[in-house]
Amino acid sequence: MDQQTPHGQDSGYDDPGEPTEALPDIDATTPDGETNLREDAYWHANLRLLGVLMAIWFACSFGAGIIFRSFLDQFSLGGYPLGFWFAQQGSVYVFIALIFFYVVRMKAIEHTYDLDD
Amino acid sequence: METQTLIYLFVGLSFALYIGIAVWSRAGSTKEFYVAGGGVNPIVNGMATAADWMSAASFISMAGIIAFMGYDASVYLMGWTGGYVLLALLLAPYLRKFGQFTVPDFIGTRYYSKAARVVAVICLIFISFTYIAGQMRGVGIVFSRFLDVDITMGVIIGMGIVFVYSVLGGMKGITYTQVAQYCVLIFAYMVPAFFLSFMITGNPIPQIGLGSTVNDGSGLYVLQKLNLVLTDLGFGAYTDGQKSMIDVFCITLALMVGTAGLPHVIVRFFTVPKASDARKSAGWALIFIALLYTTAPAVGAFARLNFIDSVNEQAYATAPAWFKNWERNDLIAFADKNGDGVMQYRKGDAFAGKPEFTGTAGPSGERAVTNAPVADNANEVYVDQDIMVLANPEIGKLPGWVIALVAAGGLAAALSTAAGLLLVISSSVSHDLLKQTFRPNISEKGELMAARLAATAAIVIAGYLGIYPPGWVAQVVAFAFGLAAASLFPAIFMGIFSKRMNKEGAIAGMVSGLAFTFGYIVYFKLAAPDANVAANWLFGVSPEGIGVIGMLINFGIAMAVSSVTAGPPLEVRKLVDSIRVPRGAGEAHVH
Repeated sequence: MDQQTPHGQDSGYDDPGEPTEALPDIDATTPDGETNLREDAYWHANLRLLGVLMAIWFACSFGAGIIFRSFLDQFSLGGYPLGFWFAQQGSVYVFIALIFFYVVRMKAIEHTYDLDD
Repeated sequence: METQTLIYLFVGLSFALYIGIAVWSRAGSTKEFYVAGGGVNPIVNGMATAADWMSAASFISMAGIIAFMGYDASVYLMGWTGGYVLLALLLAPYLRKFGQFTVPDFIGTRYYSKAARVVAVICLIFISFTYIAGQMRGVGIVFSRFLDVDITMGVIIGMGIVFVYSVLGGMKGITYTQVAQYCVLIFAYMVPAFFLSFMITGNPIPQIGLGSTVNDGSGLYVLQKLNLVLTDLGFGAYTDGQKSMIDVFCITLALMVGTAGLPHVIVRFFTVPKASDARKSAGWALIFIALLYTTAPAVGAFARLNFIDSVNEQAYATAPAWFKNWERNDLIAFADKNGDGVMQYRKGDAFAGKPEFTGTAGPSGERAVTNAPVADNANEVYVDQDIMVLANPEIGKLPGWVIALVAAGGLAAALSTAAGLLLVISSSVSHDLLKQTFRPNISEKGELMAARLAATAAIVIAGYLGIYPPGWVAQVVAFAFGLAAASLFPAIFMGIFSKRMNKEGAIAGMVSGLAFTFGYIVYFKLAAPDANVAANWLFGVSPEGIGVIGMLINFGIAMAVSSVTAGPPLEVRKLVDSIRVPRGAGEAHVH
């Protein structure tokens, strides 16, 4: 297999557990001296992950269950019209999956930045 | 054994269990009283959160609401579950890392101001009392229907039970009784649901049953059949809604954000050992909640089908026994408008308002009502939505022990939520108002005593509101969410995600969000209920969904004010940095 750049080209959310640069020194701070650089990098990895997950959260409930509900209702899942299924069943399952995905990814991110509790 | 004996037995055993747990888990320190010592396993806490969260309304009323509203009821299903995503992702781990005891603790410290803390306490007490009155009422109703005692006596017994385990055990006692209550309530909910689903579709799993075909040989899916039957009777299709899209959108969002801003839910996440446990715990809580919330739509749909099948076009004289049972309890009434002795169930109100029985029998032997019949429709049957869960075991001809189980489950749901609410009220008084604001020199023992006294006072007030519900209680309970969405959620969220937000902005935001939302609700629900129609609503948003606008006002005002006033001091910006990273969470402690 071709050697691919392992980390450098990762778009933040594909693998937020991997920092795009080397881990900042534990004592380095932002220029104003206020925020620890490593904690700052960790926080931004967290924000990127949050952005993606909140978008899915919105899409499955407000998108599929409300805004596009009538459109989706022309398809069906067993006896459920699809939009109706999202509104009364599917979005709840997606919510659970989102939380546990976040739990797992954050563990990895914390570990990468050596900031776990 | 007779059903009534079984009910006494089941309810008695469950109460004995709760008291036993309370005695075993007495709180010895303020930390145990406020956050159960801070060492609760995340899965256990998830289960306690689920019981805390699912109230009498979730257990008794939700399936009935879905049965009668169809698609429109999705606002509750998505709204009351989606909030846990916000909690797990945006609030819980950071508040746990912050590591104090109460929600006002966070707001007071983050916004370096006693005024902010007091504003937060006011929001909290306001939200919690509107919520708790409904719970005590729920306790009273279950008692009066299943145990043949009157509502007042039922509320007093309920108060006594909650008193024992919340005043003795504080958060520690509440946590472990809530775990027991969750087990009782979920078992009580699922058993009839399995039976019903199996009866109607041949598949015992309700979530799958709702998407399956009806086993009556027609080959129709459950929802197809329900749509057909309902449109035949003049109702709208079950899978279509009546509410406007903007209103459905806003109500759902208000409920989600409100859920994430409810203090009695947030404090549950102070009890786990670590920040990462708070995330995990919210996920488990949602699994335990989803078990009931994905079952409720199936129960609602099955119950509606069953109801129509067994009532519509039936002669009253040959009506099933459960119909007459619940008629005696005022939940069903029959007004024979066309005098044929047969019950026609159609769209529209059979008569105006709730049934007022004359005490005499009508021509077919039904309990006659004095209400003026509504002439513009052919409906002759009045039915209360609560019957869909309460009467299910009888409609499905299930054995007596299932009925007893439902009674114990309804009580578990109401008591667990009431206890959680009482705790946040008492800790905000003893901890936030006394210890942190007005009597900083109070001793640990004195604070614990104050917490117990405050819990006692809160129980008495809640019980009073349950026995003599002022007219506004039923109207306002559902709005606790809008108020939480418009006041506490934005303040907490900005406290974590914005280092620029200062005390002036946060206080102005909370006050304006709460005032706007409260004013809108009071205007449409109490001051001018006749004007409460879509044409008069701001942007077409009903009072149920207005918390979203209130939240936007809160955010907007807070950002505007904070941009023209001095930023927060360095130590507060450092505090924000430290709550953002999980390392070093340790145990809940006083800073």
